Amino acid sequence: MQAFLHQIASGLAAGGIYASLAIALVLIYRCTSSVNFAQGELAMFSTYMSWALVQAGASWWVAFVIVVVGSFMLGVALDRAIFQPLRHKPVLSVVAASIALLIILNSLVGWLFGHELKEFATPFGGVLSRAEPFLSAHEAGVLLVTLAELVAVFVFFRFTRFGLAMRAVAVNPSSAELAGINTNKVLAVGWGLAAVAGAVAGLMAAPIVFLEPSMMMSPLIYALAGALLGGIASPVGAVVGGFTIGVLENLLGAYVVGNDLKLTCIMLLIIVTLVLRPAGIFGKTAQVRV
Amino acid sequence: MNTLNTQFIVRPAASPAWLRWAAPAAGLALMVWSFGWQSYPLYVMTQVLIYGIAIMGLNLLTGYTGQISLGHSAFFAIGAYATAVLSHHLGWPFYVGVPAAAVLCFAAGFLFGFPALRLPMLYLALSTFAVAVVTPQALKWKQIEWLTGGVQGIILEKPMFPGALADRADWVIMASVAACALCAFLLARRILGSQFGRLVDASRDQPLAAAAGGLNITAIRTQMFGLSAAFTGLAGALSVVVGQFVSPESFPFLLSVSLLVGSFVGGVRSLWGAFLGAAFIVLTPNLAESLSKSAPWMIFGFALLAVVFLAPNGLSGWITGLWRNRANSSPTQP
Repeated sequence: MQAFLHQIASGLAAGGIYASLAIALVLIYRCTSSVNFAQGELAMFSTYMSWALVQAGASWWVAFVIVVVGSFMLGVALDRAIFQPLRHKPVLSVVAASIALLIILNSLVGWLFGHELKEFATPFGGVLSRAEPFLSAHEAGVLLVTLAELVAVFVFFRFTRFGLAMRAVAVNPSSAELAGINTNKVLAVGWGLAAVAGAVAGLMAAPIVFLEPSMMMSPLIYALAGALLGGIASPVGAVVGGFTIGVLENLLGAYVVGNDLKLTCIMLLIIVTLVLRPAGIFGKTAQVRV
Repeated sequence: MNTLNTQFIVRPAASPAWLRWAAPAAGLALMVWSFGWQSYPLYVMTQVLIYGIAIMGLNLLTGYTGQISLGHSAFFAIGAYATAVLSHHLGWPFYVGVPAAAVLCFAAGFLFGFPALRLPMLYLALSTFAVAVVTPQALKWKQIEWLTGGVQGIILEKPMFPGALADRADWVIMASVAACALCAFLLARRILGSQFGRLVDASRDQPLAAAAGGLNITAIRTQMFGLSAAFTGLAGALSVVVGQFVSPESFPFLLSVSLLVGSFVGGVRSLWGAFLGAAFIVLTPNLAESLSKSAPWMIFGFALLAVVFLAPNGLSGWITGLWRNRANSSPTQP
């Protein structure tokens, strides 16, 4: 029983990472109606930046703040430079551009920092040691950070003017534009926020998976599965989906298929979700008028 | 379903008459000339032909059907493993194993496409992305190790050729691959030019109208997905004939990305452009690896971005455009 609860608890912690990344994917999906395949690499890039800052002598939380601000600016810049010009182009172009970004970031980091594994410190060492049998300090920290992020996203969308504008743009960009919303500005901020959510996911994941240029590849698949399961247009769905996938992944790995086939099972889950309920659990099926 | 009025469908301009003679003649001359080549240039040429076939498969899907796949490394892997297993465990010769692998990949593509293609394009990209990332891990699965050789993979014997050809085995293999590439090219061209090809055009350009006109879009897309997988699987099978080796690590997600880069650089709406794209992805690492291990991927990334922004039809579209401009400006044109 103890072991089982432990699996669930660390599944929830891993789920927190997937949920953060899934929130990023959902934000981009609402902005562009496409998936940013470079989201994982973007997170990895931010994590490396934070590692470099810590290496240069900054404290963990100072590096965290700098990287969060930097990621926001990077997201805005990417939108302005690459994705805004593609806004009325076919999905194929957007997907190709995000794949291009994926390989550019991956090779850039490989070139700057090398391909070998690097250790990444956790900021949560020592805290919460009484909960140790179920949850390591780092896992508890990840959970807290994810919950805080979720609350922040909820408050942002529900109670701020900008969040309202963003929801309006996601539902109907041209009507929002007519109502006086600066769509380009809103979408750029959407990209910035997605980059921040991704960076948080990367910083939480790095102490567990170690730093290397392809570290976010599997988390990205899990996050995608989570986003699809919850509904790729719904932030709440993304969080629920992310946590579900985290727990599911841990239980599958521990009791059913072993570590080798976890990813394969999640892939099958993605396909089954797409076939049975493409809009996800929390999503609504869009009606298209012809 | 076959009564679609084809009168209004714009057909691409036919290639000039001289090209129909010049292209095969140049190809034949190249084959004869290459008989005396060293093994390295032969190897490079073989690789270009193999990736050309794989990219043609991707183009059938991306350019002609209007769907995205990031999972073609999986079909490449299925083709390769099918050939290796048939040869290693059952002793089938390559000339039987390779077509069998292509047929198997058609079936695999058809079965995968059947559920996935009912959904909007983006979801196909997502599910194929997952498939591509999973492929190397699934191939290492302990339960099928007896079949796939696990992490070690399968090593095969080099095919033997009789008489004078024994010394020129590399050339014979290259010529066989070239013959396969030619057959694949002619087959694809014939299919795209047929009645079915026009239905594919309709299902891509006006899916709603085509569906309203009674076209079963899912069926068309599924068949094209199967065909596309068969081409890429054929390329995978040929890669085993050339390298006599398969292992899970040969089919990473980045293989799918390379194919996609080749497809875009060559031009997604062209069959011969696939070979330009293949030349790009085969030659770039050779030229750039001396700079740094990461350099080829950096170049791939920027090339993909450049194509998306500057030349949506890729190199082949650019070349065709040059030719068309010249044709339009010449006074002899009626």
